[in-house]
Amino acid sequence: MSRKIFTALAALSIVAAPAAAQQKVKIGIITTQSGPGAVLGREIVDGFNLGIKHSGGRLGGAETEVIVGDEQFKPEVGKALAERMVQRDRVDIVTGVIWSNILLALADTVLRDRRGVFLINSNAGPSELAGKNCHPNFFSVSWQNDNTHEAMGQHVQSSGVKRAYIMAPNYAAGKDALTGFKRFYKGQVVAEIYTQLGQTDYAAEIATLRAARPEGTYIFYPGGMGIAFIRQYAQAGLTQQIPLYGPSFSLDQTILPGIGDAALGVFASTFWSERLQNSANQRFVQDYEATYNRIPSPFAAQSYDTALLIDSALKAVGGDISKKDAFRNAVRAANFNSVRGPFKFNRNHFPIQNYYLTQIVKDEKGRLVNDLRGVIFSSHEDAYVKDCKMKW
Amino acid sequence: MTILLFIEQVINGLQLGVMLFLMAAGLTLVFGIMNMVNLAHGSLYMMGAFYCATLAQWTGSFFVAALFALPAAALTGVAVELIALRTLYSRDHLDQVLATFGLILFFNELVRVVWGPVAIFMDIPPLLSGGVEIVPGAPYPVFRLFVIVVGIAVAVFLWWLITRTRLGMLIRAGATNREMIGALGVDIKLLYTLVFALGAALAGLAGLMAGPLYVVEIGMGDAVLIKTFVVIVIGGIGSIRGAFIAALVVGVVDTFGRVLPAQVGLPNALSEMAIYILMAAVLFWRPRGLFAPGS
Repeated sequence: MSRKIFTALAALSIVAAPAAAQQKVKIGIITTQSGPGAVLGREIVDGFNLGIKHSGGRLGGAETEVIVGDEQFKPEVGKALAERMVQRDRVDIVTGVIWSNILLALADTVLRDRRGVFLINSNAGPSELAGKNCHPNFFSVSWQNDNTHEAMGQHVQSSGVKRAYIMAPNYAAGKDALTGFKRFYKGQVVAEIYTQLGQTDYAAEIATLRAARPEGTYIFYPGGMGIAFIRQYAQAGLTQQIPLYGPSFSLDQTILPGIGDAALGVFASTFWSERLQNSANQRFVQDYEATYNRIPSPFAAQSYDTALLIDSALKAVGGDISKKDAFRNAVRAANFNSVRGPFKFNRNHFPIQNYYLTQIVKDEKGRLVNDLRGVIFSSHEDAYVKDCKMKW
Repeated sequence: MTILLFIEQVINGLQLGVMLFLMAAGLTLVFGIMNMVNLAHGSLYMMGAFYCATLAQWTGSFFVAALFALPAAALTGVAVELIALRTLYSRDHLDQVLATFGLILFFNELVRVVWGPVAIFMDIPPLLSGGVEIVPGAPYPVFRLFVIVVGIAVAVFLWWLITRTRLGMLIRAGATNREMIGALGVDIKLLYTLVFALGAALAGLAGLMAGPLYVVEIGMGDAVLIKTFVVIVIGGIGSIRGAFIAALVVGVVDTFGRVLPAQVGLPNALSEMAIYILMAAVLFWRPRGLFAPGS
């Protein structure tokens, strides 16, 4: 067995050696590794590592070094990490930022560096960077923040819900979420409720909701808030009476195990699902489960795709990241097999991609998964691209 | 708002208040008797939930799990008191705040290392699942009613403990004048440890009942801790009776504060401010809280 591996390694090094003997790429992942958000950071890091593994251990044939920093869910810590990685560690690419406020705090530090560092992000996609502040060295491999909510707005609209009750935490991303939803939902919004960030008791809000008799409820509650809300909604006996809709962030594999059966039947909108049938995704989901012993979340899928995208672009420049313009053009071409199926970059370096409807069901092993129910948007682009002056 | 919805919201408020009382009872005793600001009280709430959730997964029974999780939370409290807090009693409040804030970080990381970063599932025991229609057409979760019953039972137990037992007499004396009971020859160290264990068990009880309702995750105690401090400041530091009344008032005010502003078109910020406005008003009339011992 070990001899087989040795032979394989020897063969690999012979193949790789002439093309990229001296090439090296250094990647900094700035993500959350402590506190309640640590679960997301783990998905980001694990997804990226699996992407490197599937690229033969060397992205684009270049020797790949990854350093990971914990922003502790604090923008100032994220910015300090970015400074350290860009100036001292001299990374070529920064990725992995989960939160929009942290991304906005550190984007300038990365993008203004004179070496021309790339920020190829795998989660947060704030409108600021999609619109007039779009940047040649910034790419979002995930989505623009509003997109997933827009998709559910469209679905709730087209499924004939005339009176919708919409709720989110009272912070920037919560307001963006409901704005995105309303951009495509044209029925009556019975109430638009903003609750406290981090709140986990929704008994009072749910009693008020029941009394308002809506035909559907849309929520954006990431993390523990989502677990608490969806369970209490079910405990109040509402899941069967008033359909519950949410973005994938409230219903992915980082929180479904915590919700339990209360999530059954809830609808989610997403750009990707663990049940999406394409060969790249099937390989990803299978190997991810085998390696980490859990079903991947969208965060892992985004990060995996980011690694594959970097791999494809580096391949195009012979593993030489110092060819900045050629590398940028290769990233723009997005010549890789995304786990989400069709993928291309818009003019503002945000994806043009499909958005799907899923419903929470149990798989063969009795685990909760996002089962596909259809396509909501095909080749959807964000609303801010018109403000971006970048041309290519 | 109809009368039926009003009744339902009052019950919601009482249920929240009872949870706050379980947290506040321990915190107010520790603060009142030892003059110790313990920010790590929320961590004991979290530990109670994690112990119970894990034991419930092993044993398959919420009640068996709770039976073991309570002493486990109390022992955790004793360990914290013996190792970390004992050296802090003579220090000023700022040192205590810094040290116990460090304990919050310690416990959050401990949970991440032991249980991993994912929130863990804790089901409502089958015996207490489902709802009863107190208000027609709005089944109210039985488990929330159970929480109210447990909270009132604990309040009665504490009333008995404080007013009818020797330990309670020492606790009352300690809350009124700490130096004096030490001078009278009471083993103050043992008393402190006992009070701390009691507070930890109550926090653990609140945590393990919060598990099936809310979410069992890292840092779950942080948000409830802030409201708990509001409760003990309003109730008067060191007073169990004050904590009980203030907890129910804060629970009801917070509940209505969360739903009323949106219905009458007032700014959302009022929801988050409601209990702090209440606290400011109480402190204006009664600077030491409603039932401060010795006042």
